[in-house]
Amino acid sequence: MAKATRQAFGESLARLGETYPQIVVLDADLAKSTKSEIFAKKFPSRFYEMGIAEANMIGTAAGLSFTGKLPFLCSFGCFLTGRYDTIRLSAAYSQANIRLVGTHAGVGIGDDGHSQMGLEDISLMRALPTMGVFQPMDARETELIMDYLVKDWKGPAYLRLTRQNLPDLFPKDMPFKPGKLHPIREKINDKATAVTCIATGATVTEAVQASERLAEKGISLSVWNAHSLKPFDEQTVIDLSNVTQQANPPRLWVTVEDHTVIGGLGSCVAETLAKLPQHPPLLKLGVQDLFGESGEPMELYDKHGISAAALATRIQNELKNHR
Amino acid sequence: MQAQQLTEIANELRIWIIEMLTEAKSGHPGGSLSAIDLVTALFFHEMKGITPEQKSGVPTPGPLPPHRDRFVLSKGHAVPALYAVLAKQGWIAVEELKTLRKTGSRLQGHPDRVRMPIVEASTGSLGQGLSVAQGIALGLKTEHPEARVFCLLGDGETQEGQIWEAAMSAPKFELSNLCAILDSNNGQIDGPVSQVMPLEPIADKWRAFGWHVIEIEGHNMTQIIQALKLSRDLHQQGGKKPVFILAKTIKGKGVSFMENNIAWHGVVPTLAEAEKAIQELKSELKKGGKIHG
Repeated sequence: MAKATRQAFGESLARLGETYPQIVVLDADLAKSTKSEIFAKKFPSRFYEMGIAEANMIGTAAGLSFTGKLPFLCSFGCFLTGRYDTIRLSAAYSQANIRLVGTHAGVGIGDDGHSQMGLEDISLMRALPTMGVFQPMDARETELIMDYLVKDWKGPAYLRLTRQNLPDLFPKDMPFKPGKLHPIREKINDKATAVTCIATGATVTEAVQASERLAEKGISLSVWNAHSLKPFDEQTVIDLSNVTQQANPPRLWVTVEDHTVIGGLGSCVAETLAKLPQHPPLLKLGVQDLFGESGEPMELYDKHGISAAALATRIQNELKNHR
Repeated sequence: MQAQQLTEIANELRIWIIEMLTEAKSGHPGGSLSAIDLVTALFFHEMKGITPEQKSGVPTPGPLPPHRDRFVLSKGHAVPALYAVLAKQGWIAVEELKTLRKTGSRLQGHPDRVRMPIVEASTGSLGQGLSVAQGIALGLKTEHPEARVFCLLGDGETQEGQIWEAAMSAPKFELSNLCAILDSNNGQIDGPVSQVMPLEPIADKWRAFGWHVIEIEGHNMTQIIQALKLSRDLHQQGGKKPVFILAKTIKGKGVSFMENNIAWHGVVPTLAEAEKAIQELKSELKKGGKIHG
């Protein structure tokens, strides 16, 4: 079943609201879009409509947290991170125990275009000390991250969600390890050319489909999902790069994200690989230092090279460069 | 505590402000001296649950009680005024004031709630404190309805748009437990507020946004404590509006050569100037503490 992660978020919030009376929710006139309205309808006295005034919403949420509440504040990712100085001082520096929820991630929102697309939000939030940055790949993982953010996380955290539906990917029998990379597609065999791909959010499903296309071409694309951009699981990247302990080490690393490649997942992996004396080359796929634009989501994914078809082509071409 | 006694404390704390800024060799005397009467009245007269516990006559700060009144210093650069009051109350040692702005000190150049929880909110980027104070008031409204939140704003600071977002929302949530106080000293770095970016008519603006506005002279202790009592009464009598106290103040108040001189916004005195300032303040103290507004 396909579901938008924003929808899964709204449902999780309403579910957790029953057990955790300290949860309060704030929205800036986008409750229908962020899906915080599911909580608002169930717990009207714990929902604060703040109007189109995001900075004040962020500060108010911080203040609420200082009295023991657990505020979730919701808007589009680009509008929240647009109030960066308030997030920096009133939330991050203050170690406010709040959850900033930014929906409408990436070019995947489509028609609304450049001004509504969160394309730099991961980079901005990663740069702030004390801030956690999380992005689920499907509805199930959204529920698991929400449980973690309510039960275990302390301090500020940013949750990045999609407008568009995403198919179920999280294996039913796989344990969820907060902060760790999770394998979604393993290496198919030890004879094929091995490529290791880390994806996050909406692009994980594209990477999985690309791995099916590439298998026919004798390329084994193993796919890992990064639900946590901060803290980032550097150890697993280092382990996967250890060429002496693997029968068929990766010839190429690939990162895929619906986000700028400057400061996002690609940067997380590049910063990790740079610590190693030797590592395979890294292909960083995502939005390449560009603003967004209006269009059909999948056409935009093709255009920015992050659809399954575009990924498969880019990876094949890149392997030719690294013979 | 009576107005006369509060004025004496404020004037003693003016000396501490000059001493700690001179020791730190940087900081903001003008706005600290304009704010000190207001902050003194809050901590020594109006606010509840914020006096450190006494053990054998010695103030011994313990955990902060959840029902306490809160003070948010939105104009964070006036933090020497807050540190002076906290030292006088026993939250920090008077000796520690010498560590202001020094590496490793919890007396940061602007308030830091993580290093020092009694300051309640980390501020210093102007325009943010009122939103945080509002959030605290919103949280307290359900949990501890008797508790109140005070937020001290600079006048220049209210040029920030976020202030007006908070000005709009606090009346919506009927936060009568929130009292904003404007330290209206008409000075900011680039010149008089009235020239840099005029704010008048200030009282009309806040009234129009739905606040109960009280106008006072911000160095007249009798007027200060009357205004604070009125804000308390309005809350206790089931009022709905947040309260806005417009306090007309003098930048650099109490030191003749600093008064109304914008040059002293963010410049500290030399040792000789500090000595002169302290002499003036001490002679006022001897006269019985009255520094006339």
